[in-house]
Amino acid sequence: MALVLAALRRRPPAGTDDTGAERVWLWGLGLAFPAVTLVALTTYGLVVGERLLPRDAPDLVTVRAEARQWAWTFAYADAPGRTTEGVLHIPAGRPVDVEITSADVLHSFWVPRLAGKLDAIPGHVNVLRLEAFAPGRYDGVSAEFNGTGYRDHAFAVEAHDPAAWAAFLAGETP
Amino acid sequence: MTPPSETPPETSPKRPTALRLHRALEPIYASDPRFRGWFTTNNNNDIGLLFLIAAAGFFVVGGVLAMLIRAQLASPRSVFMGPDVYNQVFTMHGTVMMFLFAIPFFEAMTVLLLPGMLGSRDMAFPRLSAYGLWCYLIGATTVVASLIPGLAPDSGWFMYPPLTSTEYSPGINTDIWLLGITFIEVSAISAAVEVVVTVLRYRAAGMSLSRMPIFAWYILVVAVMILTAFPPMILGSVLLETERLLDWPFFQADRGGDALLWQHLFWLFGHPEVYIIFLPAAGMISTILPVMARTTLLGHGWVVGAAVSLAVLSFGLWVHHMFTTGIPHMGLAFFSAASTLVAVPTAVQIFAWIGTLWRGRPRLDLPMLWLLGFFATFVIGGLTGVMLAVVPFDWQAHDTHFVVAHLHYVLIGGYVFPMIAAVYYFLPIFTGRTRFFKLGEVAFWLVVPGFHVTFLAVHWAGLLGQRRRTWTYDAGQGWEIINLVASVGSFVMAIGFALVILDVAVNAAVSSRGRRNPWGAGTLEWATSMPSPSYNIASIPVVRGRYPLRDDPDLAHRIARGEGLLAWPARNRRETLVVGTARGEPLQVAVLPGNTALPFVMALATSVVFLAPLIDAYRSAGVALLAVLALALRWAWTLGSKVDEGPLDAGHGLALPSAAEVPDPPGWWGSVFLLLADVTQFGSLLFGYAFLWTVAPNWPPPSYLAPGLWGPALALTGAAALAAGPRLAARAIGRTRAPWPGLVLALGGAAALAGGAATVWAARDPTAHAYDATLWLLAGHILLHAALAAIMLLYLGARVARGYASPARIGEARIVQLWSDFAAATGLVALAAAWLPGAFA
Repeated sequence: MALVLAALRRRPPAGTDDTGAERVWLWGLGLAFPAVTLVALTTYGLVVGERLLPRDAPDLVTVRAEARQWAWTFAYADAPGRTTEGVLHIPAGRPVDVEITSADVLHSFWVPRLAGKLDAIPGHVNVLRLEAFAPGRYDGVSAEFNGTGYRDHAFAVEAHDPAAWAAFLAGETP
Repeated sequence: MTPPSETPPETSPKRPTALRLHRALEPIYASDPRFRGWFTTNNNNDIGLLFLIAAAGFFVVGGVLAMLIRAQLASPRSVFMGPDVYNQVFTMHGTVMMFLFAIPFFEAMTVLLLPGMLGSRDMAFPRLSAYGLWCYLIGATTVVASLIPGLAPDSGWFMYPPLTSTEYSPGINTDIWLLGITFIEVSAISAAVEVVVTVLRYRAAGMSLSRMPIFAWYILVVAVMILTAFPPMILGSVLLETERLLDWPFFQADRGGDALLWQHLFWLFGHPEVYIIFLPAAGMISTILPVMARTTLLGHGWVVGAAVSLAVLSFGLWVHHMFTTGIPHMGLAFFSAASTLVAVPTAVQIFAWIGTLWRGRPRLDLPMLWLLGFFATFVIGGLTGVMLAVVPFDWQAHDTHFVVAHLHYVLIGGYVFPMIAAVYYFLPIFTGRTRFFKLGEVAFWLVVPGFHVTFLAVHWAGLLGQRRRTWTYDAGQGWEIINLVASVGSFVMAIGFALVILDVAVNAAVSSRGRRNPWGAGTLEWATSMPSPSYNIASIPVVRGRYPLRDDPDLAHRIARGEGLLAWPARNRRETLVVGTARGEPLQVAVLPGNTALPFVMALATSVVFLAPLIDAYRSAGVALLAVLALALRWAWTLGSKVDEGPLDAGHGLALPSAAEVPDPPGWWGSVFLLLADVTQFGSLLFGYAFLWTVAPNWPPPSYLAPGLWGPALALTGAAALAAGPRLAARAIGRTRAPWPGLVLALGGAAALAGGAATVWAARDPTAHAYDATLWLLAGHILLHAALAAIMLLYLGARVARGYASPARIGEARIVQLWSDFAAATGLVALAAAWLPGAFA
């Protein structure tokens, strides 16, 4: 677009143009060009979005993340009663649903390397699907402004290999 | 100079040369001398200039806050500000720029320029312009002053609860935002009502809708958008403030409220708001660009269509600010598609502009330079906007600096740059001088490159994961250099903006006198002498095309010589023409009010109503509310007359009725559009009710309200009487009979309707559950409007008793009828919404 503009800046007056110009500029460039590009882009975006949705999976793991000013508490469906503060433990290589909620104000659960953001809203539970392909430590932050402690409102996701995950569920590693 | 033959001799005792006409008009329209004149003027030239200077002042305030932010972020672990100060600074930066600069600035330009463009002597309701100005000045000063004692709002400019609820924000910081900004919105709403009526009714003879200048089209669209977009946010502020003051749990999940309700209401306002800001700038571009290219706008109809479709689409986009709140993906798909769809009318406009340049012979004057800055910047902002409209991308980029950079590209590129172009372009009209010093070019080359350095860097920081609204960051994340570059660029840009302001000020003060129409423009605002005189236009021309000055280069002189309509002020008062909405045929002569301090006093009283609750001075607020009411009645009372004037001579052999002696006076049109805002507000309340019902946790409520027998019976008969009474009264006035039976019937109806609504208040405790709080608010809506209708009915009775009504002077009765109908209709809908669930449960 900037190129079109630059080109036109150097054009001398094109004599007496009439409504033919309208067809080129408005029908062609104004309507048709963006319509085609945007339909393609939006469709692509939706297809990608569909793929990121939480769907049924055989080896699904469910965990719970509750945010409050300024901490995260995580709970595990596979280990009832077990909670951790500030570190979420998940198995690597398996789909994980994180049920996100809040005990006070709005927060947002964001582990950039694993998934997009999803907000933690009091009274609601939002489900985020993520999957860590390799074991390791993934940093996460809260991504919705929540007061003076916002900057340091961070957590980590610890992805375990199957053996370590089993050990965690059995209560061996903290 | 020959005396024009069309002007009837009896209205012009002497030969009406341009100078004599000027000397006759000037004393009628001039503001009061000296200091007093500032507070009593309601002339659009004075009000507009004050508005413009004030808005520019708040731009400086917002800019200083931005510099503080960039200074803080220039280095990691900066000790310049702590989080408590930083939170106030970024919240106020957003708030000031959006509410105290962007909206008032284009309102100022509109008040200054619109009457001239339309060939009118002033805006439709000059006192309302003045009232809006003073409300804005008092409210904005209060909000900004809260920074000094450290009490400024600190929860982000969109104020998400529960962070802004009493539990997490106990101080008055949040109340300052809610009350102060709502108070300022009063000025936006009053300006919008006035703009719509001005554009639709106050034009030159023969200026049909298709001949109207393009800026008038844009600003008409914007004004309607303000009337339909601001009410949801005003409602949101009312809900949050009642929650904070009275513990009505609209946003408390444990009692059936929902924090998401605020987000919906806020963005239902917030997204149209983006276009409310962008469209006036686009209107300026469509006005200036063709003149700079020495041609006319390509595809005028297309551009109008694009503006209208942008306005419509912008109301379907609000959810794209909420992609990460867990709304189902199919819902997101709809809003994602709608968000990309807005790029289409935007593209139509952009290509219409480029096509205009293509067919014209562009010249590189300073306004054109700024428009090129707009193109270079806005297109990038549009593209990052399309990126953010793609849902998966937004899930990552949301709430990072990428979004910050995007919105600055759109707002600075799409609003500030075109507005600077407009200031330079219209400078001769404001000051009567042409630019002499060339500081402006230097400023341009500081601002635009500085801007791009800053915000390209901010995009990058966002993509690397830097979150917005964090007061500092640690070293070692790869953000140090980027942030330093952004900060340096921002200071270069700030110096440039300072130079722009300096340049305009210097040129306004000391450069050479200019001549009429220096750019060779084709629209009527250039037909006056420079600077624009107090009466704007010496006589109102008959327009036969879209570019009257281009079609007839001598038109300006003929206007000045009084060869148009309403030239010689024979009746010694401010008068202008009211035309038919579609075709622009002359219909009425409107009498404009003279200088008065009433708007200023009423704005002071209104400020006490809004600001006294901040210091818990509720009694003062109540007293002030009564004062506002009394002043409003006084305001209305000064209009009209006790005798029928009959047809007035408008020149050219035209005899037109006074606007006080028609069934649809300007006040009736103003009421219609004010009620448009009111009905949107009511609709938002119903939306909130339905939203809580279907989405909020802890619903349904523990028990429903049972309608009973008395409530519905009272409400139904009340509504019927309130609808019938004013009609009977108006008919009686039309037949010169006494209207008392109708008025009494209507008053009884208002009382009965209010009684029906009061049964709801009696039955429920508003702090128990969001359901009860909503019912109280619905009933409160009815009580408020029944009371308004009753006051108007009493006022109408007093006017009739004092001889202000006649079969011709029926307009006031019709206005009261409009408000009574509204109270009756929304009352029934509100009560049905309150009672039906209980009746079926």
